[in-house]
Amino acid sequence: MAKSATFKLWRTHPEGDGTFQTFHTEVTDGMVVLDVVHKIQAEQAPDLAVRWNCKAGKCGSCSAEINGKPRLMCMTRLSQVNLLEPVTVEPMRAFPPVKDLVTDVSWNFRVKKAITKFKPRAADAKDGTWRMQQRDVDRVQEFRKCIECFLCQDVCHVLRDHHKHEEFIGPRFFVYAANLEMNPIDAGDRVPELKEQHGIGYCNITKCCTKVCPEHIHITDNAIIPLKERVVDRYFDPITKLLRIFQ
Amino acid sequence: MATYDTFTYDVLIVGAGGAGLRAAIEAATSGVSVGLICKSLLGKAHTVMAEGGMAAAMAHNDDRDSWRVHFADTMRGGQYVNNWRMAELHAKEAPDRVRELEAWGAVFDRTPDGRINQRNFGGHRYPRLAHVGDRTGLELIRTLQDHAVYTGMTVHMEHTVVDLILDGGRAVGVVAYDRERGRFHLFAAKAIVLATGGIGRAYRITSNSWEGTGDGHALAYRAGAELIDMEFIQFHPTGMVWPPSVRGILVTEGVRGEGGVLKNSEGRRFMFDDIPDNYKPQTASDPEEGWRYTQGDKSARRPPELLTRDHVARCINREVKAGRGSPHGGVFLDIAWIKEKIKDSEAHIRRKLPSMYHQFKELADLDITKEPMEVGPTTHYVMGGIRVDADTQMSTIPGLFAAGECASGINGANRLGGNSLSDLIVFGKRAGEFAAKYAKENGAARIDDGAVTRAIQEALAPFDRGATGENPYKVQSDLQDTMQALVGIVRTEREMQEALTRIRGFKERASRVGVTGRRDYHSGWHTALDLRNLLDVSEAVARSAIDRKESRGGHFREDYPDKVAEFATFNIMVKKGSAGAMQLARVPLPPIPDHLKDVIEEQKS
Repeated sequence: MAKSATFKLWRTHPEGDGTFQTFHTEVTDGMVVLDVVHKIQAEQAPDLAVRWNCKAGKCGSCSAEINGKPRLMCMTRLSQVNLLEPVTVEPMRAFPPVKDLVTDVSWNFRVKKAITKFKPRAADAKDGTWRMQQRDVDRVQEFRKCIECFLCQDVCHVLRDHHKHEEFIGPRFFVYAANLEMNPIDAGDRVPELKEQHGIGYCNITKCCTKVCPEHIHITDNAIIPLKERVVDRYFDPITKLLRIFQ
Repeated sequence: MATYDTFTYDVLIVGAGGAGLRAAIEAATSGVSVGLICKSLLGKAHTVMAEGGMAAAMAHNDDRDSWRVHFADTMRGGQYVNNWRMAELHAKEAPDRVRELEAWGAVFDRTPDGRINQRNFGGHRYPRLAHVGDRTGLELIRTLQDHAVYTGMTVHMEHTVVDLILDGGRAVGVVAYDRERGRFHLFAAKAIVLATGGIGRAYRITSNSWEGTGDGHALAYRAGAELIDMEFIQFHPTGMVWPPSVRGILVTEGVRGEGGVLKNSEGRRFMFDDIPDNYKPQTASDPEEGWRYTQGDKSARRPPELLTRDHVARCINREVKAGRGSPHGGVFLDIAWIKEKIKDSEAHIRRKLPSMYHQFKELADLDITKEPMEVGPTTHYVMGGIRVDADTQMSTIPGLFAAGECASGINGANRLGGNSLSDLIVFGKRAGEFAAKYAKENGAARIDDGAVTRAIQEALAPFDRGATGENPYKVQSDLQDTMQALVGIVRTEREMQEALTRIRGFKERASRVGVTGRRDYHSGWHTALDLRNLLDVSEAVARSAIDRKESRGGHFREDYPDKVAEFATFNIMVKKGSAGAMQLARVPLPPIPDHLKDVIEEQKS
């Protein structure tokens, strides 16, 4: 059934700032917010900028703030928003704006490169392969579900409100580091850099990142807290400290 | 006078899906400078959508498997018009390419003895698909992406290529614009690899993202390269059909591999009604045997739901046309039924098919552990593409290489599920290797500034026409409707001639499209430029399909419903003629050597 809806989409101005522009459009059952944005683009605002790709929640391109909440536009069905009120769609606010709904997320790609890369230990078998049990890879596979939508980065107050981009890598990259640290065949050591360069101490486990993750990764409980524990064990555990003195 | 920045590399890769990334890694590690251009952000390419797995005869789950069986399966799936050499290289090299991913950080699902687990898939005789649940594509692209960034290449994200630049018949550069600001750049290179993926966006219902606009196909074609097999398009049998906004999104074959069955509105498992003769010896005789096969019983044969994709798609099409479809014009795909067989089936399904569970729950508000899904065919993959040398992946233009979906040859008339991801890594590696070699052996080339300027002016023409021009979205939409209706799963001469007439009209309208506003991140302008590629590709599909007066693999003619032996001896090739019009030719298939013929024969039983 077609019904009318009002959408307020963020439009940037050439000078740099922006405002909401109001659009009235017809919507039907089963549509997602990205469908509405595309419909407005095709019929009313062909130069409207929106980043998207797979439209199935698998690529993590169409991140935005819908009625103020960080979400994927392609995975937000209209039945999940109140159409009796105007629906606002604006870009992720933790990143510099490019145009309209598109932000500059390149910082994330630079951050990733600063993390020590995967380094496999010597192979287990003569043919150069490794043996791993499914139960040993389960927890890493949870982290590898990440689609890099950066919604967790967007919502994290250390980045969003305190702008610690130079000292803190954000939830996404703690998940990435955890995936490497907990890979059964990885021989790399990222504990020092997590403490010194990646600012894991800044996270005060408010779990906002976990709440917005479209892949339902337990970012705080399964990735960040275990990494914090590794840092604590290495640097602050009195017995380990003592042992190190005698080494 | 157009202004542009110039970037210079030894090897330039266009496209950062699985094939492009793998090519870039290979070239970069061989010591040449590498530039990588992608239309999206890094790691977002359509490869992420691949679900089921990558086929490689590692024989972890069944030691009867070998490259010989994989080769024979691929040739049979492709109805023997594949390039035999590509099928051979693919079958032999895929295992090493998969193992290498593990050394780069990929974390595949495991067998009980700790090796990479392999699953059953349509057309593969033994369990062969290395996988990670139903998100194998994401695992592949993330692994390659995270490995690639440490190899020293330069990545240019959100750039679109508008033209190839030639020098005396050799490919020497591309003109591209950055989507963010709309600035033009010249990328000069000694060798160029196209890895641009598919053409699904020429159709209304497709599993492809917006990127699948046939850019590499069209760029190569316009530069004078040969395309082959363009009539062979794979319609994946199971795409979502409801709600309308997600129509076409893929439902992995893995659902059927885990025991999912197809039923019509009468509750009948119609796939048992139509099993092609050449697959009868390998197909289960009853549902019980089919179920045992999906659960790893080596003495059982596969259920008919796992026949090749073209066949399953046509059977679904037939059920819907006969009025036995589901409420929204598909058929039912039921995995929930396995509760009759498995204790705690709901948790089992969620563990085996997490993305599918998630996708239906979130997009259709349907719990696949309790209810059947509605599915129907969706345009998924083009077997046709740039004609390449099997070993080096070089096209018919010197210095221009192609890999992955935009290249052609390995799949013949129909691709087996799982052969795409392995194709990307096998031939992506080869393309990167031989492009680097070519770059080392050939010096820098001369770039014709006039050609660059003309390409830029042409790309900016929609702005010159402004608001009085045609709406590019409208032309694209009309083209999609035409291809869907007239050059789809079931084809006839009359309808395809009508499609050609309409495509001529669309080309005329496309030459009049106009846009207004600023150039930065201007989706309307981007659509206007993509349109040229979609139109060239659509014409190539329609012309090739008219010429193949038989039915084979992904190409089904209602007016020529049978396979014709004569058509198994050549590929249909299209090329831009000297006067600019599209020209068709039939090029003979390279003869299969006797030892490989024997392999095919020994596997027929």
